[in-house]
Amino acid sequence: MSLELFRTTNIDWLGKKWYFLGFSLIFSVAGVLSILFWHHVPLGVDFKGGTQIRVAFTQTPNEDQIRQAMDRAGVHNALIQRVSDPSGHAANKVIIALPESTDQTHDVGRQAVENALAANYHGQATIEQVEIVGPTAGKQLQRQAWLATLYSLIGMLIYLWFRFELIYGVAAVVAVFHDTLITVGAFSLTNQEITLTVIAAILTLIGYSMNDTIVVFDRIRENLALSRRESLHDVVNRSINQTLSRTVISSGLTFLTVMSLYLFGGEVLHGFSFALVVGILIGTYSSIAVAAPMLVAYQDWRVKRGKVASLPAGKRAKA
Amino acid sequence: MGKNLAGKSAFIVAVLVIFCFGIVGIPHGGLSQSIKDRIHLGLDLKGGTHLVLEVHVAEAVASTTDRDVARIEDDFQKAGIAGATVGKTDPARPQTIVVSGIPAAKLSDARSILQGNDYSSYDVATTADGNSTLTMKLAAIRDLETRTLDTSIETIRERIDKLGVTEPVIQKYGLGENQILVELPGIDNSAEVEEVIQSTAKLSIHAVTGGPYDTDQAALQANGGTIPADSMLVRGSGSAGAPEMVWLLKRVSEVEGTDFRDAQPSQDQNGRPNIRFTLTTEAGDRFYKYTEAHTATSATPGSMAIVLDNKVREVAGIQSAIRDSGEITGGFTQQQANDLSLMLRTGALPASISFLETRTVGPTLGATSIHQGIIAAIAGMLAVMIFMLIYYRGAGINADLALMLNLIILLGFMGYTGSTLTLPGIAGVILTIGMGVDSNVLIFERIREELRAGKTAAAAVQQGFAHAWVTIIDTHVTTIVSAMILFLFGSGPVRGFAVTLAFGLFANLFTAVLVSRVIFDTILQKKERGAALSI
Repeated sequence: MSLELFRTTNIDWLGKKWYFLGFSLIFSVAGVLSILFWHHVPLGVDFKGGTQIRVAFTQTPNEDQIRQAMDRAGVHNALIQRVSDPSGHAANKVIIALPESTDQTHDVGRQAVENALAANYHGQATIEQVEIVGPTAGKQLQRQAWLATLYSLIGMLIYLWFRFELIYGVAAVVAVFHDTLITVGAFSLTNQEITLTVIAAILTLIGYSMNDTIVVFDRIRENLALSRRESLHDVVNRSINQTLSRTVISSGLTFLTVMSLYLFGGEVLHGFSFALVVGILIGTYSSIAVAAPMLVAYQDWRVKRGKVASLPAGKRAKA
Repeated sequence: MGKNLAGKSAFIVAVLVIFCFGIVGIPHGGLSQSIKDRIHLGLDLKGGTHLVLEVHVAEAVASTTDRDVARIEDDFQKAGIAGATVGKTDPARPQTIVVSGIPAAKLSDARSILQGNDYSSYDVATTADGNSTLTMKLAAIRDLETRTLDTSIETIRERIDKLGVTEPVIQKYGLGENQILVELPGIDNSAEVEEVIQSTAKLSIHAVTGGPYDTDQAALQANGGTIPADSMLVRGSGSAGAPEMVWLLKRVSEVEGTDFRDAQPSQDQNGRPNIRFTLTTEAGDRFYKYTEAHTATSATPGSMAIVLDNKVREVAGIQSAIRDSGEITGGFTQQQANDLSLMLRTGALPASISFLETRTVGPTLGATSIHQGIIAAIAGMLAVMIFMLIYYRGAGINADLALMLNLIILLGFMGYTGSTLTLPGIAGVILTIGMGVDSNVLIFERIREELRAGKTAAAAVQQGFAHAWVTIIDTHVTTIVSAMILFLFGSGPVRGFAVTLAFGLFANLFTAVLVSRVIFDTILQKKERGAALSI
């Protein structure tokens, strides 16, 4: 006998839509509130500009001493922060961040910090990474990240419109937007910086969430074509139940990979894997709790307005 | 079964071999060395410096119009047009030259000069009183800007080559206009490189028309409150160790960057570092004419100033006519003399540059990232593979083989196309692994479903693949579409992500659908009709 997680589930997913809505609202609103009033969107040096220097010390450094050393060297606005890493490999590492520079004073901050380190921690501090992003470059990177994400969403929307129906595309994009909002909200709530690598992770989660939604939609399309008399409500419920074991196994396995990245991947990948851990969970949830109920809600709205009683099954692909 | 399994299997093996070759190439010096030679690591993994710089192309426009002002004056003089003022009045519009005060009798002569072929890159507008405004045509400006950017890239490349950096990347940067991307693997202290790149090494020799003065104000007072239009104030010390002063210099240079044919570091008779230069023949003639007219014994003795990057380095009286070789003693250190002559040899930058972005990753951080990334990836993959074996038993072997083949194809693609593996690229690999596993899970779950519905093993496999295929196509094409858009509109990290993702998805389509299918069919073929499937 083979191992099976869910043989025949018969859960009324759509009946729980108010719980889902509540859950999504709590997290979205918490995120949005934090973005608006609390930590805002904590942008990394890539986007907001400035200087960031990662230093490895031979012994666990005292942040106050570093601050005093910087002060003596005339660097008064430095932010000094230990590197956070769940595996504990980065205990002796510190990030020294200086606020926005102008394009003219590009290099000045770095030189001052380097001099201060050389004077106070000679031989005990190694500079591992320097990132200096001028205001022009920061704005460019921000613009580009937005545009790339926006265009790729539009591209996916058009493909889904072409393969299914417009409403499927819209529902999928809304679900993905929901995931992105909650993930960015999680960064805001935990006050972690969004860097270029985090953007790559967000793009990954968009791809993943989209993938997950399409699997459910595909089953809905297939079932709609098979049984035209069944109500959409039942078809959607059945489709979710039929794909449930796949959803749980696939997401679980991807989560496993991402979790291992979070635990063993090191400090550089920390923000990146955090985004994915949050994203995989929320992306799986949103296919069932956001995208599918949206289809049904759209259908109910059409019925209320006296339009066609059944949701178009979409263009059935040749199997 | 008429499925030509042997043919398909042969095809799969061929693909496997081809992509293994893509990863390793012709094996030499050990496996890991071979892989390192084929799969290029990004700076974030390998360590190195990443610079984005902006070329101030407007300066090139300004210096071109400056030269044309001098040409117009020259042409007018030859044509006997006296009393005209040629100059640039609005500093915000470096592309515009204003000609005014042409005597009425000479208007048509002047017009024919300005509208002649020599100034065809300008739009000439003449007002009723005979004043003319020359505005450089947009196309000419664009052309000049492109050339300035190209020359800057060439110059920077030559300088970096001379520094001995291996495999540097120097190219136009897609994100903004007039920007250059410089990537220097293995350089983790960028300060020196930045200095060599940034020094415009704009060297020119100007005629001194006044000074030295102590301050700008003193210079203004001495000249009746205004600086003559053809002159400029430049600071600097006139000889080694002298305090900084202000000179009034002719705006148009006698000799400048491109006129130098060669420059070598040397020492003067007192053993101080200096630079010996040689001019091109054409510039030598020009320089001879100028120096001959202004020697100490002539009617108009003069002195000249050597200006480097807008600072006076040396002022010297003209002792005798100089044709094409001379030396500059500017109070240099030996290192400065070496660097400066290198820059003069490779040519000056046509315009100054500034840095927009500097990123340096030390070798240890990169190595740690790779090490930890690989451990994490292997741990994750092992967990996935073990789960697949336990949960899907026989079919789990299918999935695991497909997964490994998938990675080989992905890396092989990267080896063939010379793509770079970056940290965000690893994200792409993870999404690929996720979707690869998902494809298998989709197929297997569907086959189980068909089996539960009472189908035979062969029919269930057939149906399972048919249904899952539709879903897999949709998920993959959607993601490939988005990866391509990211590639087109993104750069740097976003692009690195898109590349591995796109390659990985194509590999997935191949392994999940063809490879997995062939293994199933081979097993089914060997089994008795009606025997159970291990899934």
